[in-house]
Parts: sequence; structure tokens; C-alpha cells
Amino acid sequence: MAILELQHLKKYYATHKAVDDISFSIPEGSIFGLLGPNGAGKTTLLRMITGIFYPDSGQIFFDGKKFKPEDDIAKIGYMPEERGLYKKMKIGEQALYLAMLKGMSRKDAMKKIKEWFVKFEMESWWNKKVNDLSKGMGQKLQFVTTVLHDPKLLILDEPFSGLDPVNSNLIKDEIFKLAKNGATIIFSTHRMEQVEEICNNIVLVNNGKKILDGTVKQVKDDFKEHIFKVGFDQLPESFSSSAFEIIDSKENSFNVKIINGNKPANVLQEFLNHKAEIISFNEVLPSLNDIFIKVAGSKN
Amino acid sequence: MNKIWLVIKREYLTRVRNRTFILSTILLPLFFIGFIFASAYFSISSHEKQKIAVADSNGIFKNGFESDDLVTYEFPADVNAGNFKEKGYSAFLKIPENYGSSADSISLISTKQLGIETEDKIKDQIDQAIKNQAFLKNNIDKKLLDSINKINDESSYQFRTVVKQGNKTEKSNSALSYGIGYGSGFLIYMTLFIYGAAVMRGVMEEKMNRIAEVIISSVKPFQLMMGKIIGIAAVGITQLLIWILLIIVLSSISTSFFASDALQHAQAVNSSIGAAGQSSAALNFMNAKSTFLSANWGLIIPCFLFYFVAGYLFYASLFAAVGSVVNEDPQEAQSLMLPITMPIILSFVIMTTAVGKPDSPIAVWASIIPFSSPIVMMGRIPSGNVPAWQIIVSMLSLIAGFILTTMLAGKIYRTGILLYGKKVTFKEMGKWLFRKA
Repeated sequence: MAILELQHLKKYYATHKAVDDISFSIPEGSIFGLLGPNGAGKTTLLRMITGIFYPDSGQIFFDGKKFKPEDDIAKIGYMPEERGLYKKMKIGEQALYLAMLKGMSRKDAMKKIKEWFVKFEMESWWNKKVNDLSKGMGQKLQFVTTVLHDPKLLILDEPFSGLDPVNSNLIKDEIFKLAKNGATIIFSTHRMEQVEEICNNIVLVNNGKKILDGTVKQVKDDFKEHIFKVGFDQLPESFSSSAFEIIDSKENSFNVKIINGNKPANVLQEFLNHKAEIISFNEVLPSLNDIFIKVAGSKN
Repeated sequence: MNKIWLVIKREYLTRVRNRTFILSTILLPLFFIGFIFASAYFSISSHEKQKIAVADSNGIFKNGFESDDLVTYEFPADVNAGNFKEKGYSAFLKIPENYGSSADSISLISTKQLGIETEDKIKDQIDQAIKNQAFLKNNIDKKLLDSINKINDESSYQFRTVVKQGNKTEKSNSALSYGIGYGSGFLIYMTLFIYGAAVMRGVMEEKMNRIAEVIISSVKPFQLMMGKIIGIAAVGITQLLIWILLIIVLSSISTSFFASDALQHAQAVNSSIGAAGQSSAALNFMNAKSTFLSANWGLIIPCFLFYFVAGYLFYASLFAAVGSVVNEDPQEAQSLMLPITMPIILSFVIMTTAVGKPDSPIAVWASIIPFSSPIVMMGRIPSGNVPAWQIIVSMLSLIAGFILTTMLAGKIYRTGILLYGKKVTFKEMGKWLFRKA
């Protein structure tokens, strides 16, 4: 079931179409990648999903019902790309304030904050001010304040920027845990390697339009070019074939592209016929990065 | 509603707990009262006896000057401007032969300030002596003159002006209503800037810190803006109330301080005439206080509170709108603020003339139009001449005015708060007013 469904969303500014007729849906419990180059319309899209902007036209359905920002934003956690906290406010009070703005009672908020502060080893920070924190510490605090109210939908805009590998992993693990516990996560980024690692569904936008969407596997399948990597103990003598062409040869492997509607088994057969000592045979799928560059580049 | 309350609470508490707030709230009235105290104290304690050497080249003042227990006059021949100090005089009064001409002036030479009171006494003596001289020259009997002067000395009276409106009679005091009008108008002028700028800085801070976007994913931009405006208004009212309380407490302390002095004075007057001046400062203070209490505070205070709050609300949202469109560059804020600061400054200028002429057309109009009414109307109200309908129209239009400015500013704020790195023109802001969210 889709936790969020966008239908023909449009948001036009005087000079450009920030979001131009975008539709997609996000399955509940998924980790969903919202991808696109800078200025593609990601932030505008997220601001509509978080109720900050109203779409010029189109509809948003949240949890099966028409999206009502006043009520539904309590179930959404949003960590914007440019993050911010009150610099001179004590960290504990700040977390409490942000949690209560999301509609939590003081008691519940205190309990949650303590849990998370213990988990992230931040207990001693309570009376510190944001000014006294390092950038990485600030990011951790920002993440905690975003998830305090157990959002059904968690929107993270570039959540790992500025984090060291240790803290990146800490937050990544928490993201997986939240997803496992039923939260849906929208993960907006232009760093593709993270998307491949984390997300199961993606949508790619560019110039305000949706370019593609689907599961990561499906997208990769759609963009696969029938290239296989054949590994050998020793490279065989080259021979010509009507089933494939060699597009790249490395020390112990060929990259071959299957042509003329042949099947991988035909290719394998041909190599075997030539008595090649095959030790591996894998399909080479395009990385999301390749797809991204290909798609975004071609549209420009 | 619950959320806007949270915002108000945060805005209020973070400011009220701030050290600068505590210091400025307590120190300012202390400083003010201390200043009054100090000047009162010095005017009393400066009653050292003064011995004045008079060089009267005409000889006409010799018998005209009367010494009292504070100032004594002597007419020694060998004293001049160079040596009066050594001879034991505190000042040297030189009356040239032709004192009436513009070239020559009567001059009082001393090594330190004698104080206004002493100077006034000496001037009175000179006036009296010149007058007496003129009377005598015209063959008025010396005895008759003395008896007339005596009547003049003994009759003490108070001067009051009374304003009659229909069958309603009010005591009035022009100087007092001028002072109160000017003072309260000035106070509103100051607070508009102080708290308006506080709103603007708060909005800018939220935008620069990028927390605005986090907050408005929980509350509506309008709630955030109103929460801030109301929170800061509460800070302003708190500050005002603390000031009023401190002034009441401190002035009752000072009243008891002066009261004992004034009582002694009253006894002294009974027992021996001529002790005048001993406690005139204390008496002046008591008089000032009773005059002060004669003002129509029942009207002035509620009106002040209304114009203080409503005037603030009228301008605060505009300051918030400016804060929301400013980027890092503070100079940008300067130029964007101009359309807000100009009417405030202009209304202050109108107020300064309105206190003197509360019924002039410009004063009347400016006290009804919401842009200037908070300041100008407070300049007029203490005069007691403002018809009720004008006050009502002014208040209603100010309420309508702040609802309108808040709505318009809210639209600019909503867009501006999320817009970074772009210099915003007034034209663009105009477009935002007519756009959906």
C-alpha cells in the first residue's frame, strides 16, 4: 500500500516550472530515493509533501486519504538539506520545543529525547548550546530532532552531508531500523552510490519532470545494455561471433555485449565451443550514476 | 492554536531570561530615578551661604538689596573681579554705570557655579531694586512702596487653568499635558523601533540559521510569525509593567524622603517667616507630584496601553516581512526598512507639533490615520481636548490597519522566509501579495 501518492503535481514560479506534472507513489515501509540534479525541483516537491507549499494543481494522498497539512505534518519528519537549529538555545530545550511543535506531550517528548540521547551518546549535551557543538554533532542532533515523534514518513534531504564515516554509519543503521519498524523514508540526494546501498525504490526528476521511477532493480533492468563480464583463467584467442561483440577487454576478462537477440546461454555456449576456460559469467548492470548521467544529460 | 502558544512561550522565555533584558529593564528606571534623586539632592544640598560682593558704580542698589539667610550682599569698595575670592566672597556682582545699554551687562563672576536657585534670587533682587528705583524716581512714597512689596511677598497663590467643555469642567495644566503627550508619544516612537527591530532580527536569525524551514514543517509560517510578534509584545509589556512598578515603588520611597523634609519646612514657616528656600526643592517636588496626579490618568493610561500594543502590532508584522526577505547583507535590511521607518519618524515630527496644537488639522488627521495614529494621538490625548469620536475612529482604524498589515506581511513573510541568495525587490514583494501559497 502506498503511504504517499502524488498525482499530477504542478508548481510554477514566475520564471520557471519548478514541478511540472509529477506523479508517483511511495510504498509503505520502503526507503525511497528522490533523485535529481541540483535545481531539478526536489526541494519544491519535498516542500509540497511537507505542507510548506501548496501545489498549483494536482493532488497528494497521504496514508490513503487526501493530504491535510494541518493534521498530517505531525506524522511527517522533515530534515531539510540546509539544516538549522537555534544557536543560542540549550540543546535539551530545543529538542523538547521541536518535539512539542510536532504535537507531542511534554512527558512523551522528554522520554523520547532521553532514549535518543542515550542511543547517540548525547546525554551530556543537554545544557550545551548549539554554538558549542561541532558540525557533525549538530547533524546528529538535527537527525534526532527529526525522528523524535516517530514519524510515519521521514523525509531526509541529503542526510549524510558533512558527517564522518562513523556517524554516517550510525545514522544509516538508524534509518534501516526505522524502516524495519514500519516507517517510510524518502531520501533525497544526488549521491548515487548511497542510493544503491540504501534505497529500494527511486524516482528520478529533472527540470521539474519525472524521468523515471521504479524499484532499483527494475530501473537497472530497464537500462541494462545486455553486457556481460566473462572471466577467464587465461584469455582465449579472440574469435568473431554473431551472438556478441567484445566491447572491452581487460587482463583476465572480456566485457561482451549480446547482439542479434541472443540469450546469455548462447554466448556462454560459443565460448565453451572455443574451449575457453571460463571462471565467471556475470551480467554488468549500469550503476544508477550511469543512468543518472545518461538520462539527465540527454534531457539537457 | 496550541502550537502558536508554544512559539509565543519560546520567544518570550528566551528573551526574558536573557541577561541584557534583565539588566536594561532594571537599570534603566534605576538610572532615571537616580538622576532625579541626584538633581534633587544637589539642589537641596547646594544651600551653602553665599556672600556676594557687589560693585555698584551708580550707588543706586546699595539699599535695594536685601540679604537673606542664604545670600548676603555687601558693597565693599576694595573688591574687584580679581580678588573677591581672597576677600572671602563667593561671587562678585558687577553692575556697570550704564547697565541698561546693550553694550554693558550686569555680570556675576564666580569661581564655581552658584546654582540656578541662587542666580534666580540675585536676579530677583536686581529686578526689585530697579523697579523700586523707578517708583522712587516717580515720587512714590517709600513707605507705600514697602507696604505694597510686602503684600506681594506674603500673598502666595497657585495658578490653575480650567477647561470647560459644556457642563464638564476639568482642571488642566498645559505644561503637564505637553510633557505627558510628548513623553508618551516619544515612548511609543522608541518602542516601535526597539521591539520592531527585535522582531526583524528574530526573523532574520531564523532565516539565517535555516531553522525556519524546520519549524514551518511543523507550524504554518503565519503561526510562526504571529508567535514571534505576540511573544515579543509580551516581552515589551512585561518590561513596561516592571518599569511602571519600579517607578511607583521608587517614587513612593522618594515621597516619604521628601515628605519629612516638607513637614519641617511647614513648621519652619509657622515659627519664623523668612526661612523660605530652606526646603523649596522638597516643596517643589510635592507640588510637582500633586500637579502630576492632576492629569487625566484614567484616560491616558488605557489609551497609552492600547496605542502601545496596537501600534506595535501594526508595524511589527511589517518588520517581520522585511526580516524575511533580507539575506546575509545587513545593508539590504537598511534600504528595505526605509518605507517602515519613514512614517514612524514622520509621525514623531507631527507629534512634536501636535502636543502644542492638539486641534490643528494635521494633528487631527495624523492621529486618525493608522500609520501615524499611535504616536500622534498620544501626543494629543493628555490635552483633554480630543473628542471621543476621534479616539474611537482612530482606534478602530488602527485595529483594521494592523489586521491588514499583518495579512499582507504574512504573505511576504511566507515566501521570503524560504528564499535564499536572491535580492528581493519591492516589485517582487508586490507580486507575492497576490499569489497563492
